[in-house]
Amino acid sequence: MFREKKLANGLEIIAEINPNAYSAAFGFFVKTGSRDETPEIAGVSHFLEHMVFKGTPKRSAADVNRELDEIGSHSNAYTSEEQTVYYATVLQEYQDHAIDLLADIMRPSLRQEDFDTEKKVIIEEIYKYDDQPPFGAHEKCMAKFYGDHALGYSVLGSVESVTGLTPEAMRDYFQQRYSPGNITLVGCGQVDFDRMIAQAEELCGHWQAFDAPRDIRRPAVHHEFELIHKPTATQEYVVQICDGPEATDPDRFANRVLAAIIGDDSGSRFYWEFIDSGLAEYAGLGPYEFQGAGITMTFLSCAPQDTDANLQRLVDVIRKVETDGVTQDELDLALSKITSQLVRQSERPSNRLFSVGNGWLQRHNHVTVKERLESYRAVTLADVHRVLEKFPLSQNTTVVVGPLEQAQRPS
Amino acid sequence: MCHLTVEKQFLGSEQIVTQQLHSHQFENGLVLVAEPMDWLESAAFAVLLPAGYTRDPDGKLGLANFACELIQRGSADRDNRQFVEDLDRLGTDRSASVAASHSSFGAATLAENLFPSLQIFTDMILQPHFPEDEVEDARQVCLQELFAAEDELAQRTIQRLRHRHYGSPYGRRVQGDEASIRSFSRTDAVDFFRTHYRPDKAILSVAGKFEWPKLKDHIGSLLSEWQSVEVPDVTEHSPVFGYEHIPFESSQTHIAVAFPSIPYADPNYFQARGAVGVLSDGMSSRLFTEVRENRGLCYTVYASCHSLKQRGSVVAYSSTSTDRAQETLDVLLHELTHLFEGIEQGELDRLKARLKSSVVMQQESCAARCSSLASDWYHLRHMMTMDEIKGIIDGLTCESINHYLANHPPERFTVVTLGEKQLEVGKYVS
Repeated sequence: MFREKKLANGLEIIAEINPNAYSAAFGFFVKTGSRDETPEIAGVSHFLEHMVFKGTPKRSAADVNRELDEIGSHSNAYTSEEQTVYYATVLQEYQDHAIDLLADIMRPSLRQEDFDTEKKVIIEEIYKYDDQPPFGAHEKCMAKFYGDHALGYSVLGSVESVTGLTPEAMRDYFQQRYSPGNITLVGCGQVDFDRMIAQAEELCGHWQAFDAPRDIRRPAVHHEFELIHKPTATQEYVVQICDGPEATDPDRFANRVLAAIIGDDSGSRFYWEFIDSGLAEYAGLGPYEFQGAGITMTFLSCAPQDTDANLQRLVDVIRKVETDGVTQDELDLALSKITSQLVRQSERPSNRLFSVGNGWLQRHNHVTVKERLESYRAVTLADVHRVLEKFPLSQNTTVVVGPLEQAQRPS
Repeated sequence: MCHLTVEKQFLGSEQIVTQQLHSHQFENGLVLVAEPMDWLESAAFAVLLPAGYTRDPDGKLGLANFACELIQRGSADRDNRQFVEDLDRLGTDRSASVAASHSSFGAATLAENLFPSLQIFTDMILQPHFPEDEVEDARQVCLQELFAAEDELAQRTIQRLRHRHYGSPYGRRVQGDEASIRSFSRTDAVDFFRTHYRPDKAILSVAGKFEWPKLKDHIGSLLSEWQSVEVPDVTEHSPVFGYEHIPFESSQTHIAVAFPSIPYADPNYFQARGAVGVLSDGMSSRLFTEVRENRGLCYTVYASCHSLKQRGSVVAYSSTSTDRAQETLDVLLHELTHLFEGIEQGELDRLKARLKSSVVMQQESCAARCSSLASDWYHLRHMMTMDEIKGIIDGLTCESINHYLANHPPERFTVVTLGEKQLEVGKYVS
């Protein structure tokens, strides 16, 4: 059962209620992320996500952490290009406490001392990803593909941009983005919705509303090739990004099916070309939908000496799909996998929370699992081939990172 | 042969739920453990075969992994492609992995496709082709895994820690070494399969929506022809413990620490697990608070209990930039040893709340239950009910945990660091 309610200040409360669930998952979904930043404050959305756990006028950082554990919650937060999400999954008897805590931390104190300590943690997080495959290839490729557009900014920011951030800049950003009209409280599973509304009225009803606009015009994209020399790496890492359907495009279902046909980790064209043969350690392709924009991203890792040949194989696989299309049997296989995964993932409220919250932020509607299954099952070969023409995979930006000092741009 | 069914009613989040745990041992020794979960639409299964990397012959390191890869490339009337496509057509996610004691094959699927999926995997175990024309591709896959692991610095550090802490064969690298992988033939894989893919020490675990009598009969009809062979126990070599630094030009220094503890089957295991939980479970745990929150030394820090059948250990890890690595190691080691001075009531209360909600939430995932059933049977030859686990959690007291800690002080530390500078380990490591 789906319920929704909007408070006078614009905060929306939605819930997908399943009385048979064992747990209840709650999250504040804030429509803000790295695309809402400027280069001067790159990384502020993510840094703020950390600072939200650092306490409020009512609670210290230690109080927040202690209470999250006292209610036995499985809690965390994440920041993406478009969203910052704070969530906790608890047993039903802890609903009130979980919402009280989450609502309180959504108005953080942002104290200087906490800010200075947490800045060190963020910088360590950046260094951590510097040391991990694909060694920044994803961020580099996004930046090249979107040029100056904010969708190309790194979610973490850089050591330089984070070092330069101040609590004042973070407060300004908070005042521009954390308006109640830009936030949705989402519940999934064994949820008491009437209690949710009553608590939201009491705890969030006084939050001041203001405009928090976002430019969602489709950005210009670029098609480039870059090799980045990383002598300490053992393998070579390839990331390719091309244009794809945006979050409200009905063709997004066909594009996801196409991505599974080409780049799923089992039985796809990439699987048989690269993985089964051992030509690459990994080869996959997946879609990411944003408001007003979308991408399809390819990721491949292999031994350095095989990189040129594998780049050419990538071109050949894509060219064959674009020329000859895909078959009904491939479409059926992809649908079997997608629909089975969807049903299985939906069995946990903690998984449904992200699907329900993301759908609300991106499209402002709620779709049941059954409706989502129907959307996939309605995809035809003609839909897939239309998507292939609309968003050619062969027109992409490619970034290669690894020990190679030279790489051949494939023809 | 023997058949055990445990049925319990318990109160979880205002619901009365009946938990049924079934086990059955077939004449060939195979044990089937199962938990029906009627409220789900899905099912998951895992088969654990006594073919872990500890069974790699000397000079053929990585053979268990190679056999695990090659066995999936055709069986019964399916070739390599049909094996994958038949499972994909059922919407069945598959997985295969090799650990110290077992090679494991797992699957998650919709409930109506459980039996057809089991058929495909039992065909693989009973009638594999080991096709000669797939040997080179399987070898390349194993080499890719070996090379890829070199770029995972945290994994490399912990692997080296395991090598020093456990010695051979438990501290081996699952991927083996390049020279061995390049030497493997079809015959090597077939010999390994014939020796170690045997039913008498195998466990098949199933959880999800199914009917137990039908499942038991189905597995009986599929796997009754599977025969056992005699295999000697593995020979262990002494670990070296101590400190090792791996020089590497990286942004961070990776720090891994281990000391011996007790295995899962030990009656005191949950005392040790409770203590390590105080150290590392949740955002108010000691390591998160002292290393990350109060000092901002790192993004990642944790400690966990690791259990083999006969041996247990505590493993801790953190990573931080070079100039802060010494302080991070010092605080980490201090917290690990300080733990043994005792825990407090508030810490235990929070830990109990987290553990209890985890136990209840496991009921939302057949894959999680499937994994727990297999692990329980391997370590305990018994499956713990939710009631039993809750009883153990309720029974934990500060007194009981502190008593355990006082009598089991940490000793024989192993420390491995990877990064630009070697660190001082001082009094902790001889």
